[in-house]
Amino acid sequence: MIERLKQPRAIVTALLLVLLAVLPLLTQAFDQRYLLSVGTRIVIWSIAAVSLNMILGYGGLVSFGHAAFFGIGGYAVGILSAEGIQSGWIQWPVALAVSIAWATLVGALSLRTRGVYFIMITLAFAQLVYYLASGLEGYGGDDGLNISRSRFGIIDLRDKAQFYWLCFALLCGTLWFCGRLAHSRFGYVLRGAKSNELRMTALGFPVFQVRLVACIIAGAFGGLAGILLANEGAYVSPAMMSWVKSGDLIVIVVLGGIGVRFGPLYGAVVFFALEELLKPFLDLLHKGWGEYWQLAFGPLLVIVALYARGGMASLLRARE
Amino acid sequence: MDYLLIQVLNGVQLGLLMFLLAAGLTLTFGIMDLVNLAHGSLYMVGAYLAWTFITWTDSFVLGALLALPATFVVGVLLEMTVVRRLYARDHLDQVLATFGLILFFNDLVRLVWGPAGKSIAVPSFLSHTVQILPGVPYPAYRFALIVVGSLVALLLAWLVARTRMGMLIRAGASNRRMIAALGVNIELLFSLVFGLGAVFAGLAGLMAAPIASVKIGMGDDILILAFVIIVIGGIGSIKGAFVAAMIVGQIDIVGRAFLPELLKAFLPPASASAAAPAISQVLIYVLMAAVLVWRPTGLFGQRT
Repeated sequence: MIERLKQPRAIVTALLLVLLAVLPLLTQAFDQRYLLSVGTRIVIWSIAAVSLNMILGYGGLVSFGHAAFFGIGGYAVGILSAEGIQSGWIQWPVALAVSIAWATLVGALSLRTRGVYFIMITLAFAQLVYYLASGLEGYGGDDGLNISRSRFGIIDLRDKAQFYWLCFALLCGTLWFCGRLAHSRFGYVLRGAKSNELRMTALGFPVFQVRLVACIIAGAFGGLAGILLANEGAYVSPAMMSWVKSGDLIVIVVLGGIGVRFGPLYGAVVFFALEELLKPFLDLLHKGWGEYWQLAFGPLLVIVALYARGGMASLLRARE
Repeated sequence: MDYLLIQVLNGVQLGLLMFLLAAGLTLTFGIMDLVNLAHGSLYMVGAYLAWTFITWTDSFVLGALLALPATFVVGVLLEMTVVRRLYARDHLDQVLATFGLILFFNDLVRLVWGPAGKSIAVPSFLSHTVQILPGVPYPAYRFALIVVGSLVALLLAWLVARTRMGMLIRAGASNRRMIAALGVNIELLFSLVFGLGAVFAGLAGLMAAPIASVKIGMGDDILILAFVIIVIGGIGSIKGAFVAAMIVGQIDIVGRAFLPELLKAFLPPASASAAAPAISQVLIYVLMAAVLVWRPTGLFGQRT
């Protein structure tokens, strides 16, 4: 344990978790309420990215439709809320059940395909949900739907700090669960199938079933992130599951480091920090440049893809 | 009956536009094994370049003729600077890098041409209607799109099936390393094919401009549709892309034109006309999922 704490990655992770844990206190002390909302988004997107890392990182299955679960979790909450069911005790389990059902269906069909076809079929299923949501005229259609936040009785989701701590606790739970899973027998089979599917099949491992279960788990946590995202803005819309959001999730996972336990967390922090900092930084260089921050961010992604495969995690690796 | 004919023609016209976009994508996909999300950006750049040249020369045809080589140059430059380094990488790297290129191009276009959309007027010699059947008028510009689209599709079919370059393209699609070993300059071939794909994308963009509009991100949604088409058709297959583009064009237009009437039977009129475009899009993705479940490598894809 002490040995592990000497590694730079472990130190950074510990510092990051402590910082995130006390963030509401800091933002209150310095009266930076906006920072807390950025922090909340980082935490929620981290949950989704951790779940994507499960299939993309450990499973090697490039899903280009993970943002669909933002929408499914979000809309399940939104529709129940619009129908007058405000209790989180009902909303959340229903939303998770719908996410799991959808993940099972999509996983079972998509896993029949390989490589590029897998990327494209997951994208197609996400687009399907996107257009279904924009066709729901009764629930706002393209414009989206304003909802009231879930009621739990013990905690008040309208309180920004309480909501943040709930999200943070759920993130810790997600990190713990997915981390344990990755280092279990199940995780090793999943990773084995990534490097050599044929051999794992020949050894008698149920590769298809293992991958399907990984997809379902990822879908459940993705749906959880969707539930939180809907409660964060008190609003759901098809835009939360546009394919660009799925792309952003992939960017976060790769930026952080593929198949690394805390990689998605680094990725989300860096992604949102770049988004928030590049604008003012470019404006500082030249007034008006900030508006065009993606002119710098886009090539940065190209550079990461070409030269920094391991993402942030590899930068923080201990030197031997 | 006349209404049906016109809608079918609209579907053909949309299908041909989609085919132009999908053809370049399926070539780069099939030969270079490259997932190029930035293909939609070339569609956008082609339309913006056409707007500039058309405003400059005050002639649609002249502007279009200048825009096409310009898009070719953009495509070849992109290939030589970034895309070339991605061929040997896995699909995840390609998705990430070309996703970055989309962000780059969207902001670049905003910087150069400003955030407001542009519109290209239908050229005056095509602003009337033609009689496709006695008593059935059809806009001449849309008719011209069908003619030009068909000609380009035939040209492409001839290029791939009958010329030396087409032979190299087909050989490259089935075994890259072998044709490189036989002394073919594979780097040049790849640059040319990528530039050719860019020209087709630019042509689709500038032809669509008078009926849609020229705006930032115009390529993003249509790109996904182009991917759907090449996946349904089977990656690398020009024939598959053509068949799939025609099917998707028909589903889209027929869905928009006839679904509202159908839905009005059991929905209030306002929500029926709002839900119909969404449902026709859903139908397209259901078709794709069904095809992939039935044939995991598309209709005309190579079996593995």
